[in-house]
Amino acid sequence: MSQWVVDAREVVKTYVMGNVQVHALRGLSLTIAPGEVVAIMGPSGSGKSTLMNILGCLDRPTAGEYYLDGESVAELSDDQLADIRNRKVGFVFQSFNLLPRATALANVELPLRYARDGRNRRQRALAALEAVGLADRVHHRPNELSGGQQQRVAIARAIVNNPSIVMADEPTGNLDTASGEAIMELLLDLNKERGTTLIIVTHDPEIAALTERVIRIRDGKVVEE
Amino acid sequence: MNFGQSLIEALDSLTSNKLRSGLTILGIVIGVGAVIAMLAIGSGAQNSITGEIQGIGTNLLFIFRGGSEDVRNPKHLTLGDAEAIADPFAAPSVIGVAPILQGSGEVSFSGESTVTTILGVTPDYQPVRNYSLTEGEFISEAHMLGHSAVVLLGVDVADAIFGRTSGLVGETVRIEGQPFRVIGVLEERGGGAFGSQDDRVLVPLTTAQSRLIRRAARDRVDVILVSAASADLVPQASEEVAQILRTRHRTEIGKDDFTILTQQDFLDVASSITGILTVFLGGIAGISLLVGGIGIMNIMLVSVVERTREIGLRKAMGARKADILTQFLTESVLLSLFGGILGIGLGWLISAIVGQIAAANNADIVPVIGLNAVLLATIFSAAVGVFFGLYPANRAANLEPVEALRYE
Repeated sequence: MSQWVVDAREVVKTYVMGNVQVHALRGLSLTIAPGEVVAIMGPSGSGKSTLMNILGCLDRPTAGEYYLDGESVAELSDDQLADIRNRKVGFVFQSFNLLPRATALANVELPLRYARDGRNRRQRALAALEAVGLADRVHHRPNELSGGQQQRVAIARAIVNNPSIVMADEPTGNLDTASGEAIMELLLDLNKERGTTLIIVTHDPEIAALTERVIRIRDGKVVEE
Repeated sequence: MNFGQSLIEALDSLTSNKLRSGLTILGIVIGVGAVIAMLAIGSGAQNSITGEIQGIGTNLLFIFRGGSEDVRNPKHLTLGDAEAIADPFAAPSVIGVAPILQGSGEVSFSGESTVTTILGVTPDYQPVRNYSLTEGEFISEAHMLGHSAVVLLGVDVADAIFGRTSGLVGETVRIEGQPFRVIGVLEERGGGAFGSQDDRVLVPLTTAQSRLIRRAARDRVDVILVSAASADLVPQASEEVAQILRTRHRTEIGKDDFTILTQQDFLDVASSITGILTVFLGGIAGISLLVGGIGIMNIMLVSVVERTREIGLRKAMGARKADILTQFLTESVLLSLFGGILGIGLGWLISAIVGQIAAANNADIVPVIGLNAVLLATIFSAAVGVFFGLYPANRAANLEPVEALRYE
């Protein structure tokens, strides 16, 4: 068992767009300990979205190695990656990305439907909703919920599988200041209670200030910690 | 993800846009409906024609003059031929022989007249052709010997000149101007592939020879009907008849100057014609099913594009390719299967309407929806769903999660 939950070594990611090669990551190395709260910052085009996709196992690096929770994931197949995402990663998106026709409960159950161990789906989803303070909004659909409440549903969905890391991409970007602060508070509380590693990608220095560690990225490399 | 869940999710997704789902399955509904209706009408027509041919008489053989085209000067069939065939020692498989003289003429009664088929027949014609009468009695040997001026009327003829079809025995009609006494009315047999069997009159063969249908040679007949002892003996009877006629006509080997057709020959021809017709109609209807399938594919492709973000999200949550594939395939199969079921209903409706119209027009077609047609339509529409759903579903399953999540 590795001491790091995230261990990226010399990760390179190159896209081919038409005839042009885009070097999104140029040999980036990064380690994150279990339970840490980390902010990843950087200007647009710095490669932070690419980094998040690779850390969240949505994409594979072109070269380099990446261990998530001790498992090497750089060379896994699509379906194996899907399995890793299901078990080890929870995603929180800027635009919530809830299924509009499904209730809050059904949305939270979604990762469990794709899980190998899908037992007690309902109870686990209800527990997750309770953890984010939405026990009374279980049967509401996204359009009946406020933005902050929708993001809470998304957070419940991210933690329902007890993942090793929660990846939050601009989690407060679509929210007003008050709801944004409440969401950050919730994320940090959940981190403390559950010890789940939290990685936040953000532009906002105020949000970054709430975290224990800030990683700045520029031109596909870590420039400052 | 298990099957029940995919089914519920697919239903949920399809019912969320009812108008679109409804329009999409319309193609399948019409396609399956058309196939079912065409097959039903085709087999109805087949049954009707088969029934008519069987109604001609059981175990029947028709003997006509003339063989293949390269036989010159074929001899006419004669009463002598008929007598020879009736010989139980020469043709043990034959139980009935009915020579026929056939012509046409005007039948009239007090100003009303109609032109109809006149058949000169012997008393044996009744058992051989399986005829029964609604009133009166059939032509007897006494009528034959006396060249009696008596006639049996078909219902259509009776209706045309009397305006009724009963109470006619004892009336006198004129055939080609000569008076004939009505001795009976033939039972209704309906229209057939060989013209209406009700639009005819029967007179004794001898009377026809001397008064109505004059032929160059006195004992010449047009057709000889032969009935075999049983259906199994039809081929044997046919062979026996052929031997007798070959001897009597002194034909060379392989150059018969006569043709023997059995009821089975007619049945074969008729069922091959209706079979071709059914396949043809079904094929045309099948094309509309194909078009319906393309409609489903089209809508599924649109749906995949619309739901790109949803697919990306599901993949981020851990959905495998097979999960996404199943999800979209379930939707398309559900669409086409539902369309297929509605189509069976539509096909049933069309067949019922066609049956009503046919009945109203005295065409004896009762459309038959077979269980196999229903099963075929169900399986075929599900297969259409799989076939035309596979490409869109595969496209959805192969979306890159990163690209799909970024899609606006």
